[in-house]
Amino acid sequence: MTQRTVLDAPDMKRAMTRIAHEIIESNKGADDLVLLGIPRRGVPLATRLAEQIASISGREGSAADLVGSLDITMYRDDLRGGAYRAPEPTTIPAAGIDSKTVVLVDDVLFSGRTIRAALDALSDLGRPAKVRLAVLVDRGHRDLPIRADHVGKNLPTSSSERVNVSLAEIDGEDAVTISGGRE
Amino acid sequence: MTDYLIRGADVLGRGAADIAIRNSTIVDPELLDPTSSDVEVIDAGGLVALPGLVDMHTHLREPGKEDAETILTGSRSAAAGGFTCVHAMANTAPVADTAGVVEQVHRLGRTAGFTEVVPIGAVTIGLAGEQLAELGAMARSAARVRMFSDDGICVSDPLLMRRALEYVKTFDGVIAQHAQEPRLTEGAQMNEGVVSAELGLPGWPAVAEESIIARDVLLAEHVGSRLHVCHVSTAGSVDLIRWAKSRGINVTAEVTPHHLMLTDELVRTFDPVYKVNPPLRTDADISALREALADGTIDVVGTDHAPHTAEHKCSEWTAAAMGMVGMETALPIVVEAMRDYDFDFGDLARVMSSSPARITGASGHGSLEVGASANIVLIDPNSAHSIVPDDHATKGRNNPFAGLEVKTTITDTFFYGHRVLAGGELSTPHPAGASWTDQ
Amino acid sequence: MKHLLDTVSLSRDEAISILDIAEEMTQVSEREVKKLPVLRGRTVVNLFFEDSTRTRLSFEAAAKRLSADVLNFSAKGSSVSKGESLQDTIQTISAMGADALVVRHSGAGTPHRLAHTGWIDVPVVNAGDGTHEHPTQALLDAFTLRRALGGFPASGAVKDGPRGRGLDGAKVAIVGDILHSRVARSNVHLLSRLAAEVHLVAPPTLLPWGVETWPVTLHYDLDEALRSEDFAAVMMLRVQHERMHESFFPNEREYARLWGLSAARLAGLPEETFIMHPGPMNRGFEISAAAADSPRALVLDQVENGVSVRMAVLYRLLTGREETND
Repeated sequence: MTQRTVLDAPDMKRAMTRIAHEIIESNKGADDLVLLGIPRRGVPLATRLAEQIASISGREGSAADLVGSLDITMYRDDLRGGAYRAPEPTTIPAAGIDSKTVVLVDDVLFSGRTIRAALDALSDLGRPAKVRLAVLVDRGHRDLPIRADHVGKNLPTSSSERVNVSLAEIDGEDAVTISGGRE
Repeated sequence: MTDYLIRGADVLGRGAADIAIRNSTIVDPELLDPTSSDVEVIDAGGLVALPGLVDMHTHLREPGKEDAETILTGSRSAAAGGFTCVHAMANTAPVADTAGVVEQVHRLGRTAGFTEVVPIGAVTIGLAGEQLAELGAMARSAARVRMFSDDGICVSDPLLMRRALEYVKTFDGVIAQHAQEPRLTEGAQMNEGVVSAELGLPGWPAVAEESIIARDVLLAEHVGSRLHVCHVSTAGSVDLIRWAKSRGINVTAEVTPHHLMLTDELVRTFDPVYKVNPPLRTDADISALREALADGTIDVVGTDHAPHTAEHKCSEWTAAAMGMVGMETALPIVVEAMRDYDFDFGDLARVMSSSPARITGASGHGSLEVGASANIVLIDPNSAHSIVPDDHATKGRNNPFAGLEVKTTITDTFFYGHRVLAGGELSTPHPAGASWTDQ
Repeated sequence: MKHLLDTVSLSRDEAISILDIAEEMTQVSEREVKKLPVLRGRTVVNLFFEDSTRTRLSFEAAAKRLSADVLNFSAKGSSVSKGESLQDTIQTISAMGADALVVRHSGAGTPHRLAHTGWIDVPVVNAGDGTHEHPTQALLDAFTLRRALGGFPASGAVKDGPRGRGLDGAKVAIVGDILHSRVARSNVHLLSRLAAEVHLVAPPTLLPWGVETWPVTLHYDLDEALRSEDFAAVMMLRVQHERMHESFFPNEREYARLWGLSAARLAGLPEETFIMHPGPMNRGFEISAAAADSPRALVLDQVENGVSVRMAVLYRLLTGREETND
């Protein structure tokens, strides 16, 4: 199977730094901001963004206060079919999400179904003032009317290709590769 | 009636020989002319000839539960299983505790004409265990009852048991005891053991059987009577019977095909087809029972054929009725169970024909000698097949051996000279109607 | 996993995965919306052939928090009491469109039978069958113990709860009528599968024949057991009233004196020993009021966790297609 690297570690670092700046800019600072990563790979990305935002904005308090995880397993629209999925933890920063700007963070934006589920999950947890979406890669092929506010890289793909995101925290290295697809 | 010349069957496993049947009697083969159109010659090469089987223990359900079995369907099932004589247990509705009921069963058996149906009389009125039934009247009736049993229920009152044992000496009768101490088995659902502990089903301990057998053999010794122990199921019971026989006590014992083959591990399926009384026991019990059958401690195989309607078996375990059918699978199962023991076709004939005939006084059965009544079964010992209860003649579908591979097939049954089972297919009832024994 | 019929066939991994899902489920009670959409449009039938308001309510709450529709069928006043067969009852329920059956029955094995006869093809949860098993009770006991022994609040939502863990090395005493207890049977299998060390304390009349083959240590004498072992938890079992006159023990007074968790025995327990009871309790008989109401008693935590554990079980059985190669 052919596999090509589309983002290497320095590319990813640059992309994340740019997103961090964009978030601060659009939020006019780091106040009332909550970053919620979607398991699994959205969670370390949200943590990285939170650390960068904390250091760029010089905000008081630790980066950990900014970040949490939002599991969407129990909001999926395909729970009856497919393999059984164990739910992952959802953790919300102590200050909660009410009246905050919540930035959902995920690795790849594809059909949009995950984000649809995340919006449902979020509305059961509280009432944020605004919800934004940050993704490392937007590969297109949306099934739902959903778009990202912050994108690391727009990646034109064919629907038969696979986009693989590796993260140092989970996979030991940072890289985005594409595999499969028709020649 | 057609005369038969059975050619080349392995008689009792002792070698090929011819057997000739004229009217309802075994005759010298020289007497038959094989070229005569009145003589049907059967090539029985590769088959084994045994005397027709005798079942000391079957439930034909009529009168009262004709939806489960009738005397006709039960008789057809017997013929298909090679049985030329079956003893019908008394727990019908009404109970066979009067001359009237036993004569009715006797008459219906004769009308059916596929096997000799001998009624067993109840020991106590209504099987209630309180008062002796009219044993003498049943013995002197047309049914000539010699064996009495409250089977399904134990005659637990020791005094009543003593009286019954004594009383039947009048006509050389025998009491067949269902050995089950009632207090020790209240609510019992399965063998008490490691499996019942895990499944949480109330247990039926071996001691409930053994304590009654111990008591009854001592009573039989004390009053000098004959005792028959139904469906022995535990290793401890075997020890007690062996001890009793060594003391010269006049006791005989029976084992069922299922207790020779199946264990309580099957209850883990919670499938009520495995629910039976006494319950399926353990591997150790099976080994003891097989050894006892081989060495003669256990005298006979009795089927305890107990048909039930689907309603009584297609339910939860605890609500299901106890019992299994088995006349049509008894012989093949016994062959499989005893395969690793010193147990030949002669032994098979002993435990399934001549011994039960002797114990019950069924004089027309149990022998292939010239002059004996022509009650004969032919079996094919090398015809592997798997058991399909839906193909059986009994109404009962509660056969626990469904799907089991066996090597033996019953091909022909001759009932007082009439071929009621021919090449594995049931044919017609005995043409002499109700008077076949008077031939 | 297609059904939950017992704990004896539950692997350690499966058990831990259910407990971990239950950890997520505890979060729901703290949320703005105390409901998950997981089972929306699906129907869970509570089929109770034996009365048990507590267990039925717990399953009902669990199913409703997962947005399922719940139908309650109790044998009392139903056609079952008029002689309808189990098969007809089940096929009727099947025709009404059940997606799962939660079954309580006085006869051991009935849930197992329903799961395997082909009368209905939906997941079956055993909510207690005769004196056989009560797997969700054992799971909620294990959940409560895992919390308490890990130093977490015994119930409610906690951040970073004891996910992934078993009960390795914990000594647990189960005291009382083991013979007639489905809770005891399920706990013996589950707790030992989770590597706890299970001790049974009971008069010999209330232990099943063959109990020596179980993975447990046996004690007849409660005081001696409490003296010789450092129990992390003591689980008292209810003694049914009908047992009290069947000569399993001479009388209530003697039982309470020898096998009850009296105030004096409570005082003698190490401070870190927890007290459990599956309920309903016979206060003053197998458990004193002092023990039942002590801060170490986890009785109400057990009840609260029951809902989360049953949510986890329903989630586990009703989501995901069953893999064909089990």
